[in-house]
Amino acid sequence: MNVVKNKKWESGKCMALALQQLINGLTLGAVYGLIAIGYTMVYGIIGMINFAHGDIYMVSAFIAVSAFTLLASLGITSVPLALLTVLLLSVLFTSVYGWAVERTAYRPLRGSTRLAPLISAIGMSIFLQNMVQLTQGARVKPIPPVVVGGFDLYASEGFTVHLAYSQLLIVIVTVALMAAFSYVIGKTSFGRQQRACEQDPTMTALLGINVDRTISLTFMLGATLAAVAGVLVTVYYGVVDFYIGFVAGIKAFTAAVLGGIGSMPGAMLGGLLIGLVEAFWAAYLSPEYKDVATFSILILVLMFRPSGLLGRPEVEKV
Amino acid sequence: MRKNMLLAGIGLLVSAVPVYADHLVAIAGPMTGQYASAGDQIRKGAELAIADINAKGGVLGQKIKLEVGDDACDPKQAVSVANAMVNKKIVFMHGHWCSSSTIPASDVYNEAQIPMATVSTNPQVTERGLKNIFRIMGRDDQQGAVAGNYLADTFKGKKIAVVDDKSAYGKGLADEIAKALQAKGAKPALRESITAGEKDYSGLVSKLKSAGVEVMAYGGYHTEVALILRQAQQAGLKLTVMGGDTMTNTELVTAAGPASDNVLFTFSPDPRKNPAAADVVKKFRDAKVEPEGYVMYAYAAMQLFAQATEQAKSVKYADLEKAMRSGSFDTVIGKLSFDAKGDNKLPGFMVYQWKGGKYDYVAK
Repeated sequence: MNVVKNKKWESGKCMALALQQLINGLTLGAVYGLIAIGYTMVYGIIGMINFAHGDIYMVSAFIAVSAFTLLASLGITSVPLALLTVLLLSVLFTSVYGWAVERTAYRPLRGSTRLAPLISAIGMSIFLQNMVQLTQGARVKPIPPVVVGGFDLYASEGFTVHLAYSQLLIVIVTVALMAAFSYVIGKTSFGRQQRACEQDPTMTALLGINVDRTISLTFMLGATLAAVAGVLVTVYYGVVDFYIGFVAGIKAFTAAVLGGIGSMPGAMLGGLLIGLVEAFWAAYLSPEYKDVATFSILILVLMFRPSGLLGRPEVEKV
Repeated sequence: MRKNMLLAGIGLLVSAVPVYADHLVAIAGPMTGQYASAGDQIRKGAELAIADINAKGGVLGQKIKLEVGDDACDPKQAVSVANAMVNKKIVFMHGHWCSSSTIPASDVYNEAQIPMATVSTNPQVTERGLKNIFRIMGRDDQQGAVAGNYLADTFKGKKIAVVDDKSAYGKGLADEIAKALQAKGAKPALRESITAGEKDYSGLVSKLKSAGVEVMAYGGYHTEVALILRQAQQAGLKLTVMGGDTMTNTELVTAAGPASDNVLFTFSPDPRKNPAAADVVKKFRDAKVEPEGYVMYAYAAMQLFAQATEQAKSVKYADLEKAMRSGSFDTVIGKLSFDAKGDNKLPGFMVYQWKGGKYDYVAK
């Protein structure tokens, strides 16, 4: 608020700041959105919140750091090649994690009370955090900047709007991935099975579709998106620690609820909204109360639209 | 079955023999968690100091044994560590590290009458009238004044922001810097707080950029500074950061990369430059430990305990406390003596700068 008070608020500069925060917010929101889809897909199909999802994202970030370090030691310096390899490795290993988590922590509990898998999920989250802390150490793991540089979009009265290549990368990858996902869910036979399981698992099973397999694949797909988010974040911020899954998980979960849990476009929309609210609040008001703002908006939206922005009204499932 | 009984019997016999014939001293700090590297420094320093003291025959004819407590910089955990240490009947504590841990834990030690030497810099550590606390480091208010005056003199006419991470240590330091700047007529252009532990500080960076800030005084820990610097660089903002003693951590350099050359910080005079400590420095380096940050302070804390015990001829609280309060002690960080509050009488702080992964006194 200080800025507004003791600064002549020129319109050009105001525009520039807004543009800069739009870029920052979209980048952050894209990452939240990618993680949020994992929450929303799992909720859609088995009606539970997978609280370990944030930690899957954290694991993928660690895999990315290890892979970058490995590639650097092998002497691979081409940035696109390194990025692609790391992305593939991370997606591969993380989806195995996603599958294993479902297989060990949730599938044995299918058909028990609603609360059981939820508690199992929290346990899994704590397990993953501690496992990474013990095997990788509690210290932050930095990587040297991978994607450096950027370009100036617009300058006004001493304020240059800067778009870093890493931000561009995040937005492009997210858009591409979203397009691919809408195609998979909407047009392929796996997508049809997935949607069928969502609507009525018993009937789907009667029609000869392997429900367990579909659920496993859903977990793996969610993990894939989290893996991509993990790699992008590692490239963008350059530091990871075993605790990043918690904060990101909470924000992404909020995004999923805000957009309407169970709805994939909703998750992305929720992610972008939260990213933008955080960015603008931090720049114009106070970075201190950023989270208060985010969660107040969540409460407001839920008060007027209990099923979220794009959610379907009836989601009661047992 | 009988064999088991026999084993159990032997077990009982063994445990009946008093195990603690040694003087039990303890260190406590963040051995895990995001500030674990500081805990590691303290442990390395204390271990070598105790090995050296024991090699010379210990104190009062008995060896010293070290206990390690991990508070992860969490105030709640710090209190339970303190209780555990009290139960183990330690006679001296070096810790904790985070001010927000030291303050609640010190009440426990005070009640149990255990003297402690700490490196926590928040003024409140020694301002609460506790008799058992001795601070071997400077205070935030001295630290803040040194930093504020330096900034006001060096960056005259440039816009300076003061930012903290809302922790007891960070806010205390930032408030003192802001006060010193005000006193010199250099009103901070911005006063902000951030949430530690997050990854995205682009909002703060944009705010600094739009306010035309070139220098940021920061009260908080190195992890956030590394992220802010990296994000400032990404946003095309050239930012100089002035931090406190926590910036001594080499993790700052690995995480921030070359941008760490823009970090200034205040820290006690470098004990590695103390000619009287050359032997100990060499010993650390022979053991492949760089005696940076808090390593030498932990060593000095153990020296303080050993010398105070020898002067008092006892490890009883009343005797030790009196010896520490009135005595003066030759340690690797200089000649320690304490005032009535328990604050170190040594001159406090110097301004340092990182340069290519090493820090040194800032060039005038």
